[in-house]
Amino acid sequence: MRRLLYLLPFLLFIGVGVAFYLGFQRDPRDIPSALIDKPVPSFELPPLPGRPEGLSAERLKGDVTLVNVFASWCIPCKAEHPIITRLAREQGVTVRAINHKDKAEDALAWLARNGDPYASIGADLDGRVSIDWGVYGVPETFLVDRQGRIRFKHVGPLTPQVVDEQILPMVKHLRGQG
Amino acid sequence: MKRLLLAAVLALSAPIPAAVPALAVQPDEVLPDPALESRAREISKELRCLVCQNQSIDDSNAPLARDLRVLVRERLKAGDSDAGVLGYVTDRYGDYVLLRPPFKATTLLLWVGPFAILLLGGAATALFLRGRRGVAAGADTVPLSDDERRRLDALLRKDDA
Repeated sequence: MRRLLYLLPFLLFIGVGVAFYLGFQRDPRDIPSALIDKPVPSFELPPLPGRPEGLSAERLKGDVTLVNVFASWCIPCKAEHPIITRLAREQGVTVRAINHKDKAEDALAWLARNGDPYASIGADLDGRVSIDWGVYGVPETFLVDRQGRIRFKHVGPLTPQVVDEQILPMVKHLRGQG
Repeated sequence: MKRLLLAAVLALSAPIPAAVPALAVQPDEVLPDPALESRAREISKELRCLVCQNQSIDDSNAPLARDLRVLVRERLKAGDSDAGVLGYVTDRYGDYVLLRPPFKATTLLLWVGPFAILLLGGAATALFLRGRRGVAAGADTVPLSDDERRRLDALLRKDDA
């Protein structure tokens, strides 16, 4: 019994070690969204100049939609852009975008250079709608179901892993729900 | 000479403290109503900047912090109470934006944990000390048997002689 007591500090050390090991693997940027399973905030964003359609809460109803918050000044947005393009063109996912605190001409030039997979884009010049969506760092990506509820959120650039393991199964599941 | 030196030191040091607390709040954000502005400052100190997570939005120069400061002031101008403004922001960003997390079931461990550990440690220490006092007082010592007492007496007598 006494022997076991001497082991206690060692066991405590192991416990603390494991806690730190797991704790430091978590991304501190990954803040749980307050909006999961809530309806998208009511909003209405104008299109970029010269384009027919912006983005509104109404528009997000009826189809499972990926909503991507991007900006031309955001480097990781460029990194994830091919992945989003593939999602839209090859996997047939409807992708719409919120253009976050950008200059219209910069955004249009960026889309001309990198390609435009978006079904429509809302221009959020002052970032106010992004705040309503709880955005705190572009790029952010939301998955919205047919009823217009936010079901999933990813902060930071999309990776093939996130797409394969989380987004595509979720899209399939939500589409199955009718 | 001494006085001159003192004056020089004062003159040199005076502008520094005034310049050091560089405000994150920009002049164009400040509300004309000082009462409203001071409420805005107090609320801003309660809200975490999500980009630089250990600063409040009142301290941070991040663009998002600025947007949130402006938002806080807009809500106040619209007539929201302090709790109303905090509620508006937590509806969008969750409890995580509050630098003082609320006391709820999910934060129970956070609030109660340190006190529980203190209590546990205190109890363990008390038990340990109680045990030691027992040893010192000889409470857990077996009394001498008759045989031992006789041997002890013999030894003591031998000493005396």
